[in-house]
Amino acid sequence: MTGQLQTKIKGRARVLGDSIDTDMITPGKYLAIIEPKGLAQHLLEGYDEGFPSSVEPGDILITGQNFGCGSSREHAVAAMRGAEIGCVAGESFARIFYRNCLNLAQPILEIPDVTKHVKEGDAVEIDLTAGTLTNLRSNEVVKGYPMSEKAVELLEAGGLINVVRRKLHARGSVDHEVAAAPAHANHRTD
Amino acid sequence: MSQDGQAMTLPQRILANKAGFGSVAVGQVVDAKVDVAMAHEALAQLVKPFKEMGATKVWDKNRIVVPIDHWVPASDEKSAKLHATIRKYVRDFGLPHFYDVGNQGICHQILVEEGFVMPGDLVVGTDSHTNMAGAMGAFASGIGPTEMAAVFATGEIWMRVPPTIKVNVTGRLQFPVSSKDVVLRIIGDIGDDGARYQAVEFGGSGIDAMEMWERFTLTNMTTEMGAKTGVVPCDEKTLAYLKASPLRSGRGSEIETYAKLRSDPDAEFARQVNIDGSVLEPLVAMPHSPEKVKPVSEVKLDRVDQVFVGSCTNARLEDLRILAHLLQERKVAAGTRLMVYPASTSIYKQCLAEGIIQTVTEAGGLFNPSSCGACFGGMGGVLAADEVCVSTSNRNYVGRMGHAQSKSYLVSPATAAATAITGKLTDPRDLFSKQDFAVTTRPLKAVAQ
Repeated sequence: MTGQLQTKIKGRARVLGDSIDTDMITPGKYLAIIEPKGLAQHLLEGYDEGFPSSVEPGDILITGQNFGCGSSREHAVAAMRGAEIGCVAGESFARIFYRNCLNLAQPILEIPDVTKHVKEGDAVEIDLTAGTLTNLRSNEVVKGYPMSEKAVELLEAGGLINVVRRKLHARGSVDHEVAAAPAHANHRTD
Repeated sequence: MSQDGQAMTLPQRILANKAGFGSVAVGQVVDAKVDVAMAHEALAQLVKPFKEMGATKVWDKNRIVVPIDHWVPASDEKSAKLHATIRKYVRDFGLPHFYDVGNQGICHQILVEEGFVMPGDLVVGTDSHTNMAGAMGAFASGIGPTEMAAVFATGEIWMRVPPTIKVNVTGRLQFPVSSKDVVLRIIGDIGDDGARYQAVEFGGSGIDAMEMWERFTLTNMTTEMGAKTGVVPCDEKTLAYLKASPLRSGRGSEIETYAKLRSDPDAEFARQVNIDGSVLEPLVAMPHSPEKVKPVSEVKLDRVDQVFVGSCTNARLEDLRILAHLLQERKVAAGTRLMVYPASTSIYKQCLAEGIIQTVTEAGGLFNPSSCGACFGGMGGVLAADEVCVSTSNRNYVGRMGHAQSKSYLVSPATAAATAITGKLTDPRDLFSKQDFAVTTRPLKAVAQ
């Protein structure tokens, strides 16, 4: 099961600041909501009240340092999946948030100084394999860190669920009805 | 030195043990066996992934701990639904260690108080403050619910071996200065990403002198440094704490197995941070970041709408005793609300027996059942726009405790107590004498045996 991953991702840049924590991405009052589409209606509401209504599917988040710090809440990533964020490209990420992105097949790339090369609304293209961002307005190519082996494994598989499903199947300890069901797409939009 | 000659830090050793290797290098990715897996209300989010993975049973029901802690009791239909989902899963999979309303606590407190965590354990939890359990000499780390579904199904997790930062605390803390002030100092110095992707190991005479309740505060807030985990190597105090606990997992025979684990003398640390506890004063983290740390004496804050004494960081019995001693015969300032949330039902009962609940109530404060309370802005003392809260919790980013235009300041329980009395951010040394402070470690009143 390979090739689920779009390695070239185009979208409109939404530029965000430093140390945006998960409480700003999905505030505590919405923690009892767990469906991605429901959470998408509050994406980054703690950072900018108008953000949720301004998001379009395919938007690319360009972030500063330590993005996603704070809570381990997967809601932050689920909200991005529900809003169909194309990719998160940031200067650095908090570890649990980064991991949650890989697990939920949210494309994510670390690119030092990226906020210096992109303006709000720019059309950009991310190349996950090369680890680069191309600003289609300025034609600048910004170099980031290519994804690690683990990141590639998780994103290519379409997330952790698929990886574990395969593992359990190989061990013979799986629910056969579930195993026979069609593989999941990248989006979990339920 | 390890078997094949490679010097390792304590966190590295734990991962090497769990991955079945003689040694591991920093940066190496390993598949590690989990000793304890904890999930709070986030368990509701792992039910679907668990099913979709095709899992039909959990790897070891004795190693799973499920405390309800964020909404106690359910405050609306959504949280009620989360709880119903959790109760069904617990029943379906026969999970024995379920802490429901009426007998529960904040997840991290339950893990240590009930004796689930052994030195040398690998502990994962669906909450960022899982790091707190590292004070038991364990490698304890936060993960998301989908990841936890994988742990429930397989009993394993992949980990990239982190570098370790060594924090040396020396010097005697001058009460009311507490371990909360020590950890605020560290975060102020290295920043909220100063330990990003790293483990933090505490050592030094200052740590040796601390009791377990003080150490938990330290490892708890390594999360706010960005750390993957925070650890205090096991010593006699750790063992005494563990042996006095109910040892609910039934793993009591394993207490000593890794009790002597230490970093190798020649292990390489990424960085050394040295803190002289004797020169610290009461500190405060200003809005809107735990790294904006200043001495309380240098901050002027004349209006405080709410004082919150609670959270996994500072709501153990000893923290609440400090509050109660300082509140005795005093009143909470007019216009200021005092919200107290003990970290567990067990602590609540001790507060009842010692008269702490009475003292807080007579002072005009609200003593609540145990839960996360106002810490996360979901219930239990949510802030309105422009309200100011002084809190013993761990995070104060924008909107953490309520409206995006509310502000929270992070302090120790002693500072919170002084603040509740005056209605302004107050250095406890301005209100109390050394004698006042000297009694605060004792029970509020003798408890009938």
